[in-house]
Amino acid sequence: MTKMLETLKMYLQFPFVQYALIVGTLIALCSSLLGVTLVLKRFSFIGDGLSHVAFAAMAVAGVLHLSNDMLFTMPVTVLCAVLLLRAGQNSRIKGDAAIALISVSTMAIGYLLLNLFSTSSNLSGDVCSTLFGSTSILTLSQTEVWLCIALSVVVVAVFILFYNKIFAVTFDESFAHSCGTRVESYNLLIAVVVAVIIVLAMNLVGSLLISALIIFPAMSAMRVFKSFKSVTICSAVLSVCCALIGILVSIVAGTPVGSTIVGVDIIAFLVFCLIPAIRRRA
Amino acid sequence: MSQLVCKDLVLGYEGHVVQQDVNFSVERGDYLCIVGENGSGKSTLMKTVLGLNKPMGGTITFGDGLRNNEVGYLPQQTQVQRDFPATVWEIVLSGCQARNGAHPFYGKEAKALARQNMEKMHITQFSKRCYRELSGGQQQRVLLARALCATQKLLLLDEPVSGLDPKVTAEMYGLIERLNREDKVTIIMVSHDIGAAVHYANKILHVGSTMFFGTTQEYRRSAIGARFLAEEGDDKNA
Repeated sequence: MTKMLETLKMYLQFPFVQYALIVGTLIALCSSLLGVTLVLKRFSFIGDGLSHVAFAAMAVAGVLHLSNDMLFTMPVTVLCAVLLLRAGQNSRIKGDAAIALISVSTMAIGYLLLNLFSTSSNLSGDVCSTLFGSTSILTLSQTEVWLCIALSVVVVAVFILFYNKIFAVTFDESFAHSCGTRVESYNLLIAVVVAVIIVLAMNLVGSLLISALIIFPAMSAMRVFKSFKSVTICSAVLSVCCALIGILVSIVAGTPVGSTIVGVDIIAFLVFCLIPAIRRRA
Repeated sequence: MSQLVCKDLVLGYEGHVVQQDVNFSVERGDYLCIVGENGSGKSTLMKTVLGLNKPMGGTITFGDGLRNNEVGYLPQQTQVQRDFPATVWEIVLSGCQARNGAHPFYGKEAKALARQNMEKMHITQFSKRCYRELSGGQQQRVLLARALCATQKLLLLDEPVSGLDPKVTAEMYGLIERLNREDKVTIIMVSHDIGAAVHYANKILHVGSTMFFGTTQEYRRSAIGARFLAEEGDDKNA
């Protein structure tokens, strides 16, 4: 035990570990905030679809040899998010199918492009790290960390400022519309923020595991808490804790960062599922 | 001047006409019931008046000091709401969203209004309770309180008693009638319950292959009214 703490202490002195902890915490916080809305609006899968879009966009950026791929990935993902939500509004089934279509086709195109035009000697390694985010979080540059901090601040600020409107639009779109609330604009806002979060989270857990980061904290919080506010706060706190524990465990145990975080999220979910049953017993 | 006038309205969505030649007007303090067979366009009419659907023809005019965002709406429950984690207080307060305008948070005034309307609907004791744990009738009262936060002038109710048992239904009708009588709130209600419609409303709009708009007495005497009342009466006796 003391040996583990020693190792941890040693690692924590490295700037790249500190960066990973900062970025991991912020991404976990941002992704959990909108999770509640996405789960309730039956848009849980949009995170998954968009992350595949981001994967393809990254592949294209790689092929074009762009120095900062986020500048390309971000707008493309935002655009797709807008298109997906538009499709989802007209009819639920169409939206569902649209997400499935976009997610598999972008995945295929992304992998195809990487195979055809890649200059890297370790192609499967590259693909694996984009999908599972295995190492990229430990290789963050200072600029990326600052960019992540700035975007996180924007996301949190937007969420707090529009908290009441987001609640109204999530609970009852028709009623919000009848009050003169611009429902479409808020749906658009939600879509854009989700896209931003996903591109940020690509670094942390990779594109395959992002949905977990968005959905698990919200689902866990919804098992136990009864008001929208407490569910939101609980899912944010839970998500941050799970991310921190996950990163620390992965450093000490040498496991992949993304899947360890998701593993901790799953354990938390199971514990939260048990809480109502225990309460009823007591 | 009328609060709401619909003239030669053509209802429909995605280029598909559901109903045409819808004409009616509502004065302050009216209690209008919209009746008709399933699929005749009652809910579409509701959504068109609210601005959720664009009319395919004709005009909707608001008057008598009523603006189009001053309509309180009680929608039919959606699947999303049945397992939504929100307290009664959060939901009622969200009725104040129009009043708030661009301000991101609810002020003292909005909170006082929410409290007052919760008292009026007898749901103050549920304030901290979770919406999904309430009974159907209690949930409807929560949504009614929310609609009252949006307006004191005109309420649009989309089948407010569907799925409620007879006792709770009677209570709900009582609450709505009191709002209409005492607070002079104009009521427009889509209803399947023709018996209650002719009992409570002073005006009836019948949508279907034959249209009717007039007072309840005229409706009872009209051919379509007499036929519809008789059919529904048979259904109930059967």
